[in-house]
Amino acid sequence: MSDTLAGALFIGSLVLVLAVVYRPLGDYMYRVYGGTRHSRAERVLYRLIGARPDAEQTWAEYARSVLAFSVAGVLFLYAFQRVQNHLLLSLGFDPVKPDQAWNTAVSFVTNTNWQSYSGESTMGHLVQMAGLAVQNFVSAAVGMAVAMALVRGLARERNRYLGNFWTDLVRGSVRILLPIAFAGAVLLVAGGVVQNFANADDHVVTTIAGHRQAIPGGPVASQEVIKELGTNGGGFYNANSAHPFENGTAWTNWLEIVLILVIPFALCRTFGRIVGQNRQGYAIAGVMATIAIACVVLVNVFQLAHHGTVPTAVGASTEGVENRFGVADSATFAGATTLTSTGAVDSFHDSYTSLGGMMTLFGMMLGEVAPGGVGSGLYGMLVLAVITVFVAGLMVGRTPEYLGKRIGSREIKFAALYFLITPMLVLAGTAVAMATGSGRAAMLNRGPHGLSEVLYAFTSASNNNGSAFAGVTVNTVWYDTALGLCMAFGRFLPIVFVLALAGSLARQGRAPASEGTLPTHRPQFVGMVVGVTVVLVALTFLPALALGPLAEGIHS
Amino acid sequence: MRMPIWIRRHLAAARALLVLTVLLGLAYPLAVFAVAQLPGLNDKARGSYVTAGGRTVGSALIGQSFTDSRGNPLKRYFQSRPSNAGDGYDPTATAASNLGPEDIVDTLPDPALLAAGKQDENASQSLLTQVCARSKAIGELEGADGSRPFCTPSGVGAVLAVFGSRTATGDVPHPTRVVSLNEQEGVVKAPFVAAYKGVRVELARYGEDYAKGLVVPIKGRAPARPAVPADAVTASGSGLDPHISPAYAHLQATRVAAARGVPVADVERLIASNEEGRTLGFMGEPVVNVLKLNIALDARYPTRQ
Repeated sequence: MSDTLAGALFIGSLVLVLAVVYRPLGDYMYRVYGGTRHSRAERVLYRLIGARPDAEQTWAEYARSVLAFSVAGVLFLYAFQRVQNHLLLSLGFDPVKPDQAWNTAVSFVTNTNWQSYSGESTMGHLVQMAGLAVQNFVSAAVGMAVAMALVRGLARERNRYLGNFWTDLVRGSVRILLPIAFAGAVLLVAGGVVQNFANADDHVVTTIAGHRQAIPGGPVASQEVIKELGTNGGGFYNANSAHPFENGTAWTNWLEIVLILVIPFALCRTFGRIVGQNRQGYAIAGVMATIAIACVVLVNVFQLAHHGTVPTAVGASTEGVENRFGVADSATFAGATTLTSTGAVDSFHDSYTSLGGMMTLFGMMLGEVAPGGVGSGLYGMLVLAVITVFVAGLMVGRTPEYLGKRIGSREIKFAALYFLITPMLVLAGTAVAMATGSGRAAMLNRGPHGLSEVLYAFTSASNNNGSAFAGVTVNTVWYDTALGLCMAFGRFLPIVFVLALAGSLARQGRAPASEGTLPTHRPQFVGMVVGVTVVLVALTFLPALALGPLAEGIHS
Repeated sequence: MRMPIWIRRHLAAARALLVLTVLLGLAYPLAVFAVAQLPGLNDKARGSYVTAGGRTVGSALIGQSFTDSRGNPLKRYFQSRPSNAGDGYDPTATAASNLGPEDIVDTLPDPALLAAGKQDENASQSLLTQVCARSKAIGELEGADGSRPFCTPSGVGAVLAVFGSRTATGDVPHPTRVVSLNEQEGVVKAPFVAAYKGVRVELARYGEDYAKGLVVPIKGRAPARPAVPADAVTASGSGLDPHISPAYAHLQATRVAAARGVPVADVERLIASNEEGRTLGFMGEPVVNVLKLNIALDARYPTRQ
């Protein structure tokens, strides 16, 4: 079988599986978030937390709960890293230094999982599993909770309330993420992903050539699975999902891509169920799938064509690529990880062809909405749908409506603010970095590729992705601080705007559909949202891309 | 007395975090650990260790170097891919090169330091030169053609700096000076091309600034599909890739067979029996596990060392 055909079948099989689980998983999540009953275990959890699970919250209360929980997460994770040398399973590592601990704490709480550290030489097992991996769960659950609040805002009428954050948090963690993670972790162990508590010094072998080799251990499988499922992306080891102990076979690679994409796509079904029109869910999923398939195919095309000096000399784009995955499946992983907010990598994007690397950048610049992070993808795409009906309304001179909700000046202001945050952070951050000596000194490569590295870093942090053109040296006080701020603003400002939008939508009644109402479930609307998304991003980022990957990749 | 609402909210947040940490950060990984102790899973959960001659020699999933103490390839063993993990295949320092597709100009070493027998810490090879040097070395080791596009016969990137006024499209039709950027005076006798557009090509001198020149890689006449396969001249993402392509295994068969004094056909058969195809016919790429292949070699065709 040719490489191209195998790569195409790989993509096709992913599409098939995601299509098959779309309904059952989406319906299950609908029952989870819409249910009124609490299991006995959940009642115990609510009592321990001290929350009343049926007390509804306004958008402002909901937002304050999200922020309080996230602040607690950052402080706890920071302290955890700073005292790790006194704890069990520390592997003898020193405390993480302050700027790096801040960066890492923000990174994991914001679902970014940008890593300025190398896992195998910095973090003890306890910090990994009880600190970092816990945030992998709860930051994902926070994203889903916020998405549910927005959907309730669209579904409810003349109502001040959006649900209860603590209930949504617990249900998302315990009823959705935990069972899938547990099953996935066992599968990954079967594929060779390790799950133990060994110290690297425990397993020093003498190889058949007579060298000493320290084989690492760790509770990797339990963390690897939630790293993908929660679209987090922070690797247990420095090499992330390229490491054979995180991703040992071609089929674990396939499984990890499924885990990355499964919840973001299925949440569209949940959305459709909650607003009472499944076809609206299909339309949003259609937008996501159109963009996702186009981007993944383009990464594959550019990587397999291996344009550029070094790839031509090599004869393939194999630098930074594992043999067991090959160029095509690695490109598919790269597409999936940057179209979502995951940022796990099974191959190294810095060494990709110029245009292949640009597509990974582009996926993040889209705002990670196709299908995006768990929860954050859905709320991002719904904001884009709101902007699209606004644009369409301007064209025909009617007051725009989405699902019977009027998009007035208050709503469009929140949507516009939501959209403007990340480009501001990305472009201003990159500009400041390029204007300062400590910003420029971090580049590994010269010329346009160096700019791409810095642009990628700020794009990744501000969009809460976490992957990198990893040549850039980011473990400096300057980058740890700057990127930490980008991650925090890039996560929480949009969340506040989304919740404010949700609150304002929930208060409205519903306008009945009339002749002039733009139907938002037809292919025409799908095409319009795709168009608006791509045009907005192109207008914002094309100049920056022209100086980086386009300058490098377009030549004779 | 009731506490202010914002304190109660943060207290709830801290309690929620604590409760979820116990559940998701301790109970869950321990439960996975417990299930991973089941027979069939426990070996994999430990690290897929392999034994040879009654001792543990590594993990089936973690690649190794098959070199002598100075880093030269041991001829009796199949060689792994190049690695950027520490000094090569060091699991405590996994890494990729992260060098880009247009990383083609070397930073040359100070000849004074080299003459004193020291390393120049500031010097670095471009990705292109790394690829060319590996290809040349492997070609010599295996008795194959190690040439590649954009590589000089001496095994560095074939890259010129062309000086002179540029046209609107950025070309330099009438160069005034041409320098071969990766070939250093005193290291190389003559540049890989004598002249470029009628101008004599100079060798590069340490410390000179060539930034004003237009960087032009020269493709040359090497075959577009070189004899040395792609995976043999590029490093993997983790630096721990346990596999090589079947093509690279076949390239090494003749040399391994000669070193062990056995017919090439026998070694080829061993490669074929160790080749792993694509999972389900379409996932991943066909590969050969180097450690397993070398263990099988030692078992079947032992050598005296």
